[in-house]
Amino acid sequence: MSLRRALLLVVAALIATSAWPQGDAAFDARLQALEKELRCLVCQNQTLADSSAGLAEDLRREVRTLARSGKTDAEIKDFLVARYGDFVLYKPPVKATTWVLWFGPFALLAGGAIVWWVILRGRRGAGRGAAVAVDGLPRPDAMARARALLDDTPTR
Amino acid sequence: MKSLRLLLPLAVFLVIVGFLLAGLSRDPREVPSPLVGAPAPAFSLVQLHDPAKRSGTADMRGEVWLLNVWASWCVSCRVEHPLLVQLAQAKIVPVVGLNYKDKNEEGKAWLAQHGNPYRVSVVDSDGRVGIDWGVYGVPETFVVDKSGIVRYKQIGPLTVEALEKRILPLVRDLQKS
Repeated sequence: MSLRRALLLVVAALIATSAWPQGDAAFDARLQALEKELRCLVCQNQTLADSSAGLAEDLRREVRTLARSGKTDAEIKDFLVARYGDFVLYKPPVKATTWVLWFGPFALLAGGAIVWWVILRGRRGAGRGAAVAVDGLPRPDAMARARALLDDTPTR
Repeated sequence: MKSLRLLLPLAVFLVIVGFLLAGLSRDPREVPSPLVGAPAPAFSLVQLHDPAKRSGTADMRGEVWLLNVWASWCVSCRVEHPLLVQLAQAKIVPVVGLNYKDKNEEGKAWLAQHGNPYRVSVVDSDGRVGIDWGVYGVPETFVVDKSGIVRYKQIGPLTVEALEKRILPLVRDLQKS
Protein backbone atom coordinates (compact mmCIF):
# COMPACT_ATOMS: atom_id res chain seq x y z
CA MET A 1 0.00 0.00 0.00
CA SER A 2 2.69 2.47 1.00
CA LEU A 3 4.79 1.35 -1.97
CA ARG A 4 1.90 2.05 -4.30
CA ARG A 5 1.46 5.43 -2.73
CA ALA A 6 5.16 6.18 -3.17
CA LEU A 7 5.00 5.11 -6.80
CA LEU A 8 1.96 7.32 -7.34
CA LEU A 9 3.83 10.24 -5.85
CA VAL A 10 6.79 9.66 -8.16
CA VAL A 11 4.52 9.47 -11.21
CA ALA A 12 2.67 12.60 -10.13
CA ALA A 13 5.94 14.45 -9.63
CA LEU A 14 7.12 13.37 -13.09
CA ILE A 15 3.91 14.59 -14.71
CA ALA A 16 4.07 17.84 -12.82
CA THR A 17 7.63 18.60 -13.87
CA SER A 18 7.14 17.56 -17.49
CA ALA A 19 4.24 19.98 -17.81
CA TRP A 20 6.73 22.81 -17.30
CA PRO A 21 9.44 22.25 -19.88
CA GLN A 22 12.80 23.57 -18.86
CA GLY A 23 14.46 26.24 -20.95
CA ASP A 24 11.22 28.19 -21.33
CA ALA A 25 12.13 30.41 -18.42
CA ALA A 26 13.70 33.04 -20.68
CA PHE A 27 10.66 32.97 -22.97
CA ASP A 28 8.30 33.37 -20.02
CA ALA A 29 10.39 36.22 -18.62
CA ARG A 30 10.23 37.97 -22.00
CA LEU A 31 6.45 37.55 -22.16
CA GLN A 32 6.10 38.82 -18.60
CA ALA A 33 8.15 41.91 -19.41
CA LEU A 34 6.15 42.52 -22.60
CA GLU A 35 2.79 42.07 -20.87
CA LYS A 36 3.80 44.61 -18.26
CA GLU A 37 4.13 47.23 -20.99
CA LEU A 38 0.67 46.55 -22.37
CA ARG A 39 -2.59 47.86 -21.03
CA CYS A 40 -5.69 45.84 -20.39
CA LEU A 41 -8.47 47.71 -22.18
CA VAL A 42 -11.22 46.47 -19.92
CA CYS A 43 -9.68 47.45 -16.60
CA GLN A 44 -7.72 50.36 -17.92
CA ASN A 45 -5.34 50.92 -15.05
CA GLN A 46 -4.02 47.39 -15.08
CA THR A 47 -1.40 45.88 -17.28
CA LEU A 48 -2.09 42.84 -19.37
CA ALA A 49 0.09 40.87 -16.98
CA ASP A 50 -1.94 41.85 -13.91
CA SER A 51 -5.45 41.70 -15.29
CA SER A 52 -7.72 38.72 -14.99
CA ALA A 53 -10.36 40.07 -17.37
CA GLY A 54 -11.50 37.75 -20.13
CA LEU A 55 -10.10 39.99 -22.83
CA ALA A 56 -6.75 40.20 -21.06
CA GLU A 57 -6.57 36.41 -21.04
CA ASP A 58 -7.34 36.35 -24.77
CA LEU A 59 -4.73 39.01 -25.48
CA ARG A 60 -2.10 37.19 -23.40
CA ARG A 61 -2.84 34.05 -25.38
CA GLU A 62 -2.53 36.06 -28.59
CA VAL A 63 0.77 37.61 -27.48
CA ARG A 64 2.08 34.16 -26.55
CA THR A 65 1.07 32.71 -29.92
CA LEU A 66 2.71 35.60 -31.78
CA ALA A 67 5.89 35.27 -29.71
CA ARG A 68 5.98 31.51 -30.36
CA SER A 69 5.73 32.14 -34.08
CA GLY A 70 8.91 34.19 -33.89
CA LYS A 71 7.54 37.72 -33.83
CA THR A 72 9.68 40.35 -32.12
CA ASP A 73 8.38 42.47 -29.24
CA ALA A 74 8.08 45.46 -31.59
CA GLU A 75 6.04 43.43 -34.08
CA ILE A 76 3.72 42.20 -31.32
CA LYS A 77 3.21 45.77 -30.11
CA ASP A 78 2.47 46.91 -33.67
CA PHE A 79 -0.08 44.12 -33.97
CA LEU A 80 -1.93 45.36 -30.89
CA VAL A 81 -1.59 49.06 -31.73
CA ALA A 82 -3.11 48.40 -35.17
CA ARG A 83 -6.18 46.98 -33.42
CA TYR A 84 -6.52 48.96 -30.21
CA GLY A 85 -4.52 52.14 -30.84
CA ASP A 86 -1.62 53.62 -28.89
CA PHE A 87 -3.71 53.31 -25.76
CA VAL A 88 -2.64 49.67 -25.30
CA LEU A 89 0.91 50.86 -24.73
CA TYR A 90 1.61 51.94 -21.19
CA LYS A 91 4.45 54.08 -22.50
CA PRO A 92 3.07 56.31 -25.25
CA PRO A 93 5.24 56.66 -28.36
CA VAL A 94 6.99 59.96 -29.07
CA LYS A 95 5.27 61.55 -32.08
CA ALA A 96 3.79 64.87 -33.12
CA THR A 97 0.51 64.31 -31.24
CA THR A 98 2.28 63.34 -28.01
CA TRP A 99 4.93 66.07 -27.96
CA VAL A 100 2.96 68.10 -25.44
CA LEU A 101 2.71 65.01 -23.25
CA TRP A 102 6.41 64.19 -23.46
CA PHE A 103 7.98 67.63 -23.49
CA GLY A 104 5.23 69.72 -21.86
CA PRO A 105 6.50 69.18 -18.30
CA PHE A 106 10.02 70.23 -19.31
CA ALA A 107 8.62 73.30 -21.08
CA LEU A 108 6.69 74.19 -17.91
CA LEU A 109 9.85 73.69 -15.84
CA ALA A 110 11.81 75.94 -18.19
CA GLY A 111 9.01 78.53 -18.04
CA GLY A 112 9.09 78.43 -14.25
CA ALA A 113 12.87 78.87 -14.25
CA ILE A 114 12.58 81.91 -16.54
CA VAL A 115 9.91 83.51 -14.33
CA TRP A 116 12.07 82.85 -11.26
CA TRP A 117 15.09 84.41 -12.91
CA VAL A 118 13.11 87.48 -14.00
CA ILE A 119 11.74 88.00 -10.49
CA LEU A 120 15.19 87.59 -8.94
CA ARG A 121 16.65 90.09 -11.35
CA GLY A 122 13.85 92.54 -10.55
CA ARG A 123 14.66 92.25 -6.84
CA ARG A 124 18.33 92.84 -7.46
CA GLY A 125 17.44 95.96 -9.47
CA ALA A 126 15.17 97.22 -6.68
CA GLY A 127 18.02 96.62 -4.20
CA ARG A 128 20.01 99.41 -5.78
CA GLY A 129 17.83 102.07 -4.15
CA ALA A 130 17.70 100.38 -0.77
CA ALA A 131 19.82 100.99 2.30
CA VAL A 132 21.24 97.47 2.19
CA ALA A 133 23.33 96.47 -0.81
CA VAL A 134 23.19 93.07 -2.42
CA ASP A 135 26.15 91.81 -0.37
CA GLY A 136 24.17 92.51 2.82
CA LEU A 137 26.39 95.36 4.05
CA PRO A 138 24.93 98.86 4.64
CA ARG A 139 25.86 101.35 1.96
CA PRO A 140 28.24 104.14 3.07
CA ASP A 141 25.86 107.01 2.24
CA ALA A 142 23.04 105.32 4.12
CA MET A 143 25.37 104.88 7.12
CA ALA A 144 26.22 108.61 7.07
CA ARG A 145 22.55 109.54 6.99
CA ALA A 146 21.76 107.19 9.86
CA ARG A 147 24.58 108.63 11.94
CA ALA A 148 23.37 112.18 11.23
CA LEU A 149 19.86 111.22 12.33
CA LEU A 150 21.16 109.61 15.51
CA ASP A 151 23.25 112.72 16.30
CA ASP A 152 20.02 114.69 15.96
CA THR A 153 21.67 117.36 13.82
CA PRO A 154 19.88 118.84 10.84
CA THR A 155 21.05 116.99 7.74
CA ARG A 156 20.98 120.01 5.49
CA MET B 1 1.21 97.03 -18.23
CA LYS B 2 1.55 96.23 -14.54
CA SER B 3 -2.09 95.09 -14.27
CA LEU B 4 -1.59 92.90 -17.37
CA ARG B 5 1.26 91.15 -15.62
CA LEU B 6 -0.90 90.60 -12.59
CA LEU B 7 -3.61 89.05 -14.75
CA LEU B 8 -1.20 86.58 -16.35
CA PRO B 9 -1.43 83.92 -13.58
CA LEU B 10 -5.21 84.14 -13.74
CA ALA B 11 -5.11 83.60 -17.50
CA VAL B 12 -2.83 80.55 -17.11
CA PHE B 13 -5.15 79.22 -14.40
CA LEU B 14 -8.19 79.63 -16.64
CA VAL B 15 -6.48 77.79 -19.50
CA ILE B 16 -5.72 74.88 -17.17
CA VAL B 17 -9.32 74.88 -15.89
CA GLY B 18 -10.48 74.79 -19.51
CA PHE B 19 -8.40 71.71 -20.24
CA LEU B 20 -9.55 69.98 -17.06
CA LEU B 21 -13.21 70.75 -17.80
CA ALA B 22 -12.84 69.35 -21.31
CA GLY B 23 -11.25 66.26 -19.77
CA LEU B 24 -14.18 65.80 -17.41
CA SER B 25 -16.72 65.61 -20.19
CA ARG B 26 -14.82 62.89 -22.04
CA ASP B 27 -15.37 59.23 -21.33
CA PRO B 28 -12.02 57.56 -20.65
CA ARG B 29 -13.55 54.18 -21.44
CA GLU B 30 -14.08 55.21 -25.06
CA VAL B 31 -10.79 54.46 -26.71
CA PRO B 32 -10.70 55.87 -30.24
CA SER B 33 -10.34 53.02 -32.67
CA PRO B 34 -7.45 53.09 -35.15
CA LEU B 35 -9.71 50.99 -37.36
CA VAL B 36 -11.90 53.92 -38.42
CA GLY B 37 -10.80 54.85 -41.93
CA ALA B 38 -8.99 51.54 -42.39
CA PRO B 39 -10.11 48.41 -44.28
CA ALA B 40 -12.37 46.15 -42.21
CA PRO B 41 -10.42 43.12 -40.96
CA ALA B 42 -11.51 40.19 -43.11
CA PHE B 43 -13.21 37.20 -41.56
CA SER B 44 -15.10 34.16 -42.68
CA LEU B 45 -16.87 32.42 -39.82
CA VAL B 46 -19.42 29.70 -39.27
CA GLN B 47 -23.03 30.88 -39.20
CA LEU B 48 -24.83 30.66 -35.88
CA HIS B 49 -28.01 29.20 -37.31
CA ASP B 50 -26.41 27.00 -39.95
CA PRO B 51 -22.98 25.71 -38.90
CA ALA B 52 -22.53 24.12 -42.32
CA LYS B 53 -22.35 27.58 -43.93
CA ARG B 54 -19.82 30.34 -43.51
CA SER B 55 -20.28 34.07 -43.82
CA GLY B 56 -17.87 36.94 -43.81
CA THR B 57 -16.68 40.31 -44.97
CA ALA B 58 -16.40 39.15 -48.59
CA ASP B 59 -20.18 38.57 -48.74
CA MET B 60 -20.87 42.18 -47.82
CA ARG B 61 -18.79 43.84 -50.56
CA GLY B 62 -20.65 46.54 -52.44
CA GLU B 63 -23.04 47.15 -49.57
CA VAL B 64 -23.05 49.52 -46.64
CA TRP B 65 -23.46 47.34 -43.56
CA LEU B 66 -23.20 47.28 -39.81
CA LEU B 67 -21.27 44.81 -37.74
CA ASN B 68 -22.82 44.43 -34.32
CA VAL B 69 -20.84 42.55 -31.69
CA TRP B 70 -23.20 40.82 -29.27
CA ALA B 71 -23.48 37.98 -26.82
CA SER B 72 -26.24 36.37 -24.79
CA TRP B 73 -24.27 37.04 -21.59
CA CYS B 74 -23.96 40.74 -22.35
CA VAL B 75 -26.34 42.84 -20.30
CA SER B 76 -26.13 46.08 -22.26
CA CYS B 77 -26.87 44.14 -25.46
CA ARG B 78 -30.43 43.80 -24.13
CA VAL B 79 -30.61 47.57 -23.85
CA GLU B 80 -29.72 48.23 -27.48
CA HIS B 81 -31.47 45.19 -28.94
CA PRO B 82 -34.93 46.74 -29.48
CA LEU B 83 -33.24 49.48 -31.55
CA LEU B 84 -31.55 46.88 -33.74
CA VAL B 85 -34.87 45.08 -34.20
CA GLN B 86 -36.50 48.36 -35.26
CA LEU B 87 -33.63 49.06 -37.62
CA ALA B 88 -34.06 45.64 -39.22
CA GLN B 89 -37.81 46.20 -39.62
CA ALA B 90 -37.15 49.52 -41.33
CA LYS B 91 -34.78 47.70 -43.73
CA ILE B 92 -32.42 50.63 -43.90
CA VAL B 93 -29.14 48.80 -43.59
CA PRO B 94 -28.17 45.13 -43.19
CA VAL B 95 -26.68 44.18 -39.83
CA VAL B 96 -24.26 41.31 -39.42
CA GLY B 97 -24.05 39.93 -35.89
CA LEU B 98 -20.76 38.79 -34.43
CA ASN B 99 -21.71 36.39 -31.67
CA TYR B 100 -18.74 37.04 -29.43
CA LYS B 101 -17.45 34.39 -27.00
CA ASP B 102 -20.87 32.86 -26.57
CA LYS B 103 -22.33 29.37 -26.53
CA ASN B 104 -24.24 28.61 -29.74
CA GLU B 105 -27.36 27.27 -28.03
CA GLU B 106 -27.54 30.23 -25.64
CA GLY B 107 -27.04 32.67 -28.48
CA LYS B 108 -29.82 31.12 -30.52
CA ALA B 109 -32.16 31.00 -27.53
CA TRP B 110 -31.42 34.66 -26.83
CA LEU B 111 -32.29 35.66 -30.41
CA ALA B 112 -35.46 33.54 -30.30
CA GLN B 113 -36.51 35.37 -27.16
CA HIS B 114 -35.58 38.94 -28.07
CA GLY B 115 -35.96 38.86 -31.86
CA ASN B 116 -33.34 38.40 -34.55
CA PRO B 117 -32.41 41.65 -36.31
CA TYR B 118 -29.41 40.18 -38.10
CA ARG B 119 -29.11 39.25 -41.73
CA VAL B 120 -26.73 36.65 -40.43
CA SER B 121 -24.94 36.01 -37.16
CA VAL B 122 -21.51 34.42 -37.21
CA VAL B 123 -19.78 32.61 -34.39
CA ASP B 124 -16.62 34.03 -32.86
CA SER B 125 -16.40 31.60 -29.97
CA ASP B 126 -12.79 32.28 -28.99
CA GLY B 127 -12.87 36.03 -29.69
CA ARG B 128 -10.11 35.90 -32.32
CA VAL B 129 -12.02 38.00 -34.85
CA GLY B 130 -13.01 40.30 -31.99
CA ILE B 131 -9.32 41.01 -31.37
CA ASP B 132 -8.80 41.75 -35.08
CA TRP B 133 -11.59 44.31 -34.87
CA GLY B 134 -10.24 45.80 -31.67
CA VAL B 135 -13.29 44.75 -29.66
CA TYR B 136 -12.79 45.33 -25.95
CA GLY B 137 -16.30 45.53 -24.65
CA VAL B 138 -19.60 44.18 -25.87
CA PRO B 139 -21.70 45.57 -27.47
CA GLU B 140 -19.82 47.42 -30.17
CA THR B 141 -21.10 48.43 -33.58
CA PHE B 142 -19.14 49.26 -36.72
CA VAL B 143 -20.28 50.97 -39.90
CA VAL B 144 -18.57 49.57 -43.01
CA ASP B 145 -18.88 51.20 -46.43
CA LYS B 146 -19.30 49.65 -49.87
CA SER B 147 -15.60 49.25 -50.46
CA GLY B 148 -15.05 47.62 -47.10
CA ILE B 149 -13.66 50.59 -45.15
CA VAL B 150 -14.69 50.98 -41.51
CA ARG B 151 -16.32 54.41 -41.18
CA TYR B 152 -17.54 54.54 -37.61
CA LYS B 153 -17.33 52.65 -34.36
CA GLN B 154 -19.90 52.82 -31.60
CA ILE B 155 -18.55 51.63 -28.27
CA GLY B 156 -21.21 50.42 -25.90
CA PRO B 157 -24.93 50.10 -26.60
CA LEU B 158 -26.54 51.93 -29.49
CA THR B 159 -28.75 54.80 -28.46
CA VAL B 160 -31.52 56.60 -30.30
CA GLU B 161 -29.30 59.68 -30.31
CA ALA B 162 -26.26 57.85 -31.74
CA LEU B 163 -28.41 56.24 -34.42
CA GLU B 164 -30.26 59.37 -35.49
CA LYS B 165 -27.44 61.87 -35.22
CA ARG B 166 -24.45 59.87 -36.40
CA ILE B 167 -25.00 56.37 -37.68
CA LEU B 168 -28.06 56.72 -39.91
CA PRO B 169 -26.96 59.99 -41.60
CA LEU B 170 -23.57 58.38 -42.22
CA VAL B 171 -25.19 55.23 -43.62
CA ARG B 172 -27.40 57.30 -45.97
CA ASP B 173 -24.40 59.28 -47.14
CA LEU B 174 -22.39 56.15 -47.79
CA GLN B 175 -25.26 54.47 -49.59
CA LYS B 176 -25.51 57.41 -52.01
CA SER B 177 -21.84 57.31 -52.96
